[in-house]
Amino acid sequence: MLIKKPADILPSEITPPQVWQRRREFLKASASGIGLAALGFSGAGPTRVLAGEAIPNVRPSPFSTDEPPTSLEDITSYNNFYELGTDKTDPQTNARFLKPRPWTVTVDGECAAPGEIGIEDILASFTQEERIYRLRCVEAWAMVVPWVGFPLADLIKRFEPTSKAKYVAFETLYDPEQMPGQKRRVLDWPYREGLRMDEAMHPLTILSTGLYGELLPNQNGAPLRLVVPWKYGFKSIKSIVRISFTEKEPPATWNRMQANEYGFYANVNPAVDHPRWSQRTHRVIGDGWLAKKRETLPFNGYADQVADLYAGMDLKRFY
Amino acid sequence: MRYGKPLGFLLCLVPLGFLISRGASGALGPNPVEVITHFTGDWTLRLLLVTLAVTPLRRLTGQAWLVRFRRMLGLFAFFYAVLHFTTYLWLDRFFDLGTIAEDVLKRPYITVGFAAFVLMVPLAITSTQDWIRRLGRRWKRLHRAIYAIGVLGVLHYLWLVKADLLEPAIYAIILAVLLGLRVPWADLAARIRSVRRRSPRVVPERR
Repeated sequence: MLIKKPADILPSEITPPQVWQRRREFLKASASGIGLAALGFSGAGPTRVLAGEAIPNVRPSPFSTDEPPTSLEDITSYNNFYELGTDKTDPQTNARFLKPRPWTVTVDGECAAPGEIGIEDILASFTQEERIYRLRCVEAWAMVVPWVGFPLADLIKRFEPTSKAKYVAFETLYDPEQMPGQKRRVLDWPYREGLRMDEAMHPLTILSTGLYGELLPNQNGAPLRLVVPWKYGFKSIKSIVRISFTEKEPPATWNRMQANEYGFYANVNPAVDHPRWSQRTHRVIGDGWLAKKRETLPFNGYADQVADLYAGMDLKRFY
Repeated sequence: MRYGKPLGFLLCLVPLGFLISRGASGALGPNPVEVITHFTGDWTLRLLLVTLAVTPLRRLTGQAWLVRFRRMLGLFAFFYAVLHFTTYLWLDRFFDLGTIAEDVLKRPYITVGFAAFVLMVPLAITSTQDWIRRLGRRWKRLHRAIYAIGVLGVLHYLWLVKADLLEPAIYAIILAVLLGLRVPWADLAARIRSVRRRSPRVVPERR
């Protein structure tokens, strides 16, 4: 008799008990928080974590940090994703408007094989790895996120960039129905970001399709987002619909809006202050009230892997 | 009206009550220090605007009793400002005087916020009946500093926002209206008219 063996359960699919416990506490707390919105608390929206579908065959990666990951609850309820609202809790509340299926990414510009690629194709074609990375926001807070994704280089190679391709430009979806934050012109929509080709091809640079072993929650940039762990978080553009190879430095949204505050490179650098706050230290989300801030490291602690990309560059000028 | 003041007092404590109950149940979210900072800052500004609304409201409605709440409201604005400042000093900076000095000197939004707080201190101290008597006419002049405090407070908010100016703009508009209502427009117009009448326009002769 043939008994069908169920597929192995991935370690990343099993929610650590403390995370599970915190989910429960969070739900309880949120339920009691309804009505506080009138007092200026906006945390009382729907707290359901979307996504939740496991990604099969996720491989571990030597690039992962062994630092403890931030809880799923914190990662999915404290987001900067202005397309879904400007408050930290807005993206979770408005996550339900975004439809991550069907989803197509257009790849064009200086390449021999431009075209489109669907999210299902992306998930099937590229080996998905778990990459536990530190994330440092330009606002001086940080998390540790167990991303699932694959090297951006894998996707780039498929579209055969030409020798003229010096940069890679990215664009987020523009659709105010799915992204209610776009109904007001808070930023110059659609959100755009860019990387130099060598940065884009670096093995640490990934396109993420999930976290905690499951498909990306909408508030984290579903269904496909960039993750560049040695740069400030705003470089890691979410809900990507277009990737273009360019010869010149492409426009980046925050950089165009306020160049003295947000550089094109935006490498994590404790020696270069944001004009309105110091970048020498940061608060780690989940550390608790009375925890001291931590020292910010050059390139967010990834200097050994990436510093040589910027050899000879004045990082105070090209911040 | 007998219970008006105690009721007002309790009402002003409601926001703090909510903050404490949320804090006690661990429901301040992933970044509690940020929530506390923003919450106490918001309520400082709100109570400051409510305080500034008392005088125009009394004038418009003729309800003289309103003014009896003004001192309490002003002191509660100061109370939330103290909580806001303490949060910054303690939970954000851990009393690291070096970085605090750097913030105050280098970051304009902190400079104006700090200035607003410092200006509030003498107003809070001289809010007693005794000080009002002692300072006489100068008391009124001193307490006009609240206009500057309002402007600095709104600037503090406006300059710290990254991209979405909507909320600070709402505070700015309300403040502008409340300050605008204090300008004696009719007197001003009359004075301008009388100045014009007294000095007839001199038409230079052409040659």
